[in-house]
Amino acid sequence: MSARIGAGVCTSHVPAIGAAIDNGRTRDDYWKPLFAGYEISKRWIAETRPDVVVLVYNDHASAFSLDIVPTFALGCADQFKPADEGWGPRPVPVVSGCPELACHIAQSVIQQDFDLTIINHMDVDHGLTVPLSLMFGQPSAWPVRVIPLAVNVVLFPPPSGHRCFELGKAIRRAVESFDQDLNVQVWGTGGMSHQLQGPRAGLINKPWDNRWLDQLIEDPETLSRMPHIEYLREAGSEGIELVMWLIMRGALNPRVHCLHRFYHVPASNTAVGHLILENAP
Amino acid sequence: MSRPKPYADIPGTVIFDADQARMGYHLNQFCMSLMRPENRERFKRDERAYVDEWPMNDAQKQAVLARDYNSMLGLGGNIYFLAKIFSTDGKSFQHAAALMTGMSQEAYAQMMLAGGRSPEGSDESAGTEKA
Repeated sequence: MSARIGAGVCTSHVPAIGAAIDNGRTRDDYWKPLFAGYEISKRWIAETRPDVVVLVYNDHASAFSLDIVPTFALGCADQFKPADEGWGPRPVPVVSGCPELACHIAQSVIQQDFDLTIINHMDVDHGLTVPLSLMFGQPSAWPVRVIPLAVNVVLFPPPSGHRCFELGKAIRRAVESFDQDLNVQVWGTGGMSHQLQGPRAGLINKPWDNRWLDQLIEDPETLSRMPHIEYLREAGSEGIELVMWLIMRGALNPRVHCLHRFYHVPASNTAVGHLILENAP
Repeated sequence: MSRPKPYADIPGTVIFDADQARMGYHLNQFCMSLMRPENRERFKRDERAYVDEWPMNDAQKQAVLARDYNSMLGLGGNIYFLAKIFSTDGKSFQHAAALMTGMSQEAYAQMMLAGGRSPEGSDESAGTEKA
């Protein structure tokens, strides 16, 4: 008996999506096509019923100021409150952690040469809560326990794509050596192409995004070698968040089935991408 | 001397690296303070007095008071920290993005609906609309 990872999810985590949900605007003309892309995902997650999600995201100057900027930070607390990002916390449930598995993952991957930072107290911002809202809607309590894995993509340079991909593999080995019968998923969030700053704000690169999705599914090993500079030039300064999706991909088999693929422009300033991948033999 | 940065020539873009973070440390920490409701209130009541509590340089303080986000980026600000300022103002990310591109919010929103700014159009012409 051990824990297992059978599937992964990737999705953008645009704050305006959270605001649309919180303010009851998901049926507006602007938002309808976006939320339509997640209907099948909500049905899938209700059937799949994961016990725990290792949720890879980035903190947006909410939990981490410039005093301390950890590259990989694993949330080992038993709960995480929604952060006040400047307009009050999102009206969403407190996130329940899974300290036993989180501590086991920390112990295991640190000994596999990944020097994680351990976080025992942390508020979580839209980067973590928007993906939960997209997949679960507006429940009174989240129906899953969550292990936050915060990746620095704010202060350049973030970890390399290859480092992220290898960390995903290490997380998988850790999960599979945990002796409880748990259905675990890894989610990668952020992206896709977007730039939020300066005169080039509003950059979107649809062809590049779609080639990137193709390669993430079919040949992640090669994709993981893509240098940061290509993300910055082609996907915008904030498009580099996509390296986080490689952690999810590393935790799955080399071959996967793509159960769902969705791409939409725009959500506020951003191209939204979403995948559900399942291990293939 | 360190080598030239490979991302220095990306048009209309400041990459927030360790050098920028050093320069903008106090500016960004000031922004961070606006996550507390009581600080937002004090800032709104007297912006000048509030920014004077922080060891920022004059150019940084002026840029904050003028809501000149492009200047703040150049002076070491990071967009996710600066977001605390426009959130305190009750403004959206799209409002701030439009401001930084020199477009009206309506024209910017229209550009996004039409598929966003093409990366090909962002070489010499960053800051002008390319749908």
